[in-house]
Amino acid sequence: MLQRLPKQVDNSLPSLNLAAKYKLTDSGYAIVFLGPTLMLLVAFVFYPMLKTLYMSFFLTNDFGKTTAFVGLSNYVSLITSSSYLSSLGATLVFVLAVSILTVVLGVALAVTANQELKGIRLFRTLFSATMGVSVSVAAIFWLFAFNPSVGVFAQLSQALHLPVVNWLTDPKSAMVAIIISTVWMNLGFTFLIIFGALQSVPKSLYEAADIVGISKLTQLFKVTIPMISGTLFFVMIVTLIEAFKSFGLIDMMTEGGPDNATNLLVYRIYQDAFINGNFAQGSTESILLTIIIAIFTLIQFKFLGKRVHY
Amino acid sequence: MAIELHDVTKTYADSDYPVLSDINMTVNDGEFFVIVGPSGCGKSTLLRMIAGLISISSGKLIINDQLANEMPPKDRKLSMVFQSYALYPFMSVFENVAFGLKSRKIDKQEINNRVKEALSLVDLQTLADRKPRSLSGGQRQRVALARAIASDASFCLMDEPLSNLDAQLRAKMRMELKVLQRKLGLTVIYVTHDQVEAMTMADCVLVLQNHKVQQLDTPLNIYQHPKNEFVASFFGTPQINLLGADYGHHELVVNGSFRVPIAYPLKSGQYTIGIRPNEVEVTVNDRNANARVTEVSYLGNETVILADLLESADELRLVLRNQIDVKNADFINVKTVNQFFVFDQNGGLITTAGAKEEVTADAATIA
Repeated sequence: MLQRLPKQVDNSLPSLNLAAKYKLTDSGYAIVFLGPTLMLLVAFVFYPMLKTLYMSFFLTNDFGKTTAFVGLSNYVSLITSSSYLSSLGATLVFVLAVSILTVVLGVALAVTANQELKGIRLFRTLFSATMGVSVSVAAIFWLFAFNPSVGVFAQLSQALHLPVVNWLTDPKSAMVAIIISTVWMNLGFTFLIIFGALQSVPKSLYEAADIVGISKLTQLFKVTIPMISGTLFFVMIVTLIEAFKSFGLIDMMTEGGPDNATNLLVYRIYQDAFINGNFAQGSTESILLTIIIAIFTLIQFKFLGKRVHY
Repeated sequence: MAIELHDVTKTYADSDYPVLSDINMTVNDGEFFVIVGPSGCGKSTLLRMIAGLISISSGKLIINDQLANEMPPKDRKLSMVFQSYALYPFMSVFENVAFGLKSRKIDKQEINNRVKEALSLVDLQTLADRKPRSLSGGQRQRVALARAIASDASFCLMDEPLSNLDAQLRAKMRMELKVLQRKLGLTVIYVTHDQVEAMTMADCVLVLQNHKVQQLDTPLNIYQHPKNEFVASFFGTPQINLLGADYGHHELVVNGSFRVPIAYPLKSGQYTIGIRPNEVEVTVNDRNANARVTEVSYLGNETVILADLLESADELRLVLRNQIDVKNADFINVKTVNQFFVFDQNGGLITTAGAKEEVTADAATIA
């Protein structure tokens, strides 16, 4: 037995009816679709940004209220303060070391993982595994590793009859320690991106090089690197910016110490604004950090951008 | 100067079955040697073994009288053109062509001359400073060719170099490639899945299928005397008709539809008869029809017909000269088979026969 089908329902889109009803123009649609995102951006990005800029020209009280307009004097006193300059110096050392090491090691790991070897998939997973580790877990892990009595590094030096370094209490080694842990932390992401780029390099390019007898090492610099230069450039910029923004590991491992050796610019902002309650100074430092990162990124674009082949 | 392969076999480490087994072939100096076969038959693997990009599992590869199984690619003195052209996108056309030369410590002026000469041979001298991305497919292909020419290698290996081009350009490049090869006296080993390329360009064709050599011969011999059913069906468009036939009384009875007389003495039994589409003469709307037309395409100088045999419903592909007046569902009578092949039960060729005699009977009389 066949049943009669119900009458066809009018299933035209309701939005079309709305459009007909309210006669939305193209820009009207644009506002409707952009609105939610725009509101979030204004509330959480643009307004704080402008407020920060505004506060950097004032003095503030303990509650973050502006008290007196001081013009650029916040900036002047910061730039002339030796403690800020030493923070800046430490940051530059940290950022350069972290970004260079991360990219170089990332390329090395990716090139290794790109070989067609037995069981290589395990390593591909391992190399990218730090992406799944949270900062606090990593910090605890590295705190143990650098521990002068039970840490692996201490036990290694004991076994080799070398003096035991108290990694996190010595200013110089503390910097090395946070560089190592930050590089380790960033490596998973960098590896994964570079590895992805390597996978998309056509095999025939290497075969063509093999046939004319170009060594594997030359191929790395003459074929591989140029072929992934676009990705490398992206990774370098992201790594540099990420290094400037490093906070979690420092907070948990050294708290900027010892003797402010690892008190990098971002950590300083946090301390000045939220621990010492000097919001004006924190704001000024934030603006300065933004300018510094912008300058570095521009330099990268200027000097590396030309060498990139897309 | 020659490349010889003796019982060359390739088995990958993670597999028990060879992807190529017992390949024997000789490529002589100045020869255009084509390796042809359906996809997955191992033809690219064979080429890469000759190039030294893949190791040889067993057998001997001899290049210029020297055992070359373990020889590194660069010492084999060969060049290669890839299906994807393998051009470096970040280098100009000039740099791409010069790429291999620079690593060989050749004098700069010499490199300059060679690259320019190679580029002018392929008509690209004006585009030397361009990047590959701004070139058309055909031009990129020619850059790859120029790179092979500039390397001055004695052998050039080509891995389906024309398959990324559109049909017209492919036909044009086929001719150009052949002319260039003659002019330069290049020895070319050319891999393709396209039987037309094999037929039109080759001095010698190696047909590969199922990891084995099916036939090694000149294009004409391969067409006229295919060693087995596969080779017969691989060459020629439309495909050859392969039909079951019974032998008895000096004739082959094709699927109960028509009889083809044959002088060659066969044992009585089952065979496969191979008839090229153009070796058949038919009459239309004959009283003794033995097939029915299902599809007609007029190509101008010839007419391609698909028809079903009435008795067995086997499809018959026919190419008739000129424009013959025939429509769908017309009845036709296969009257004469000019030339045909007889294959045994295993698909091997027994004989090539040219009957040139009228088909003796139609379905009605057989039944």
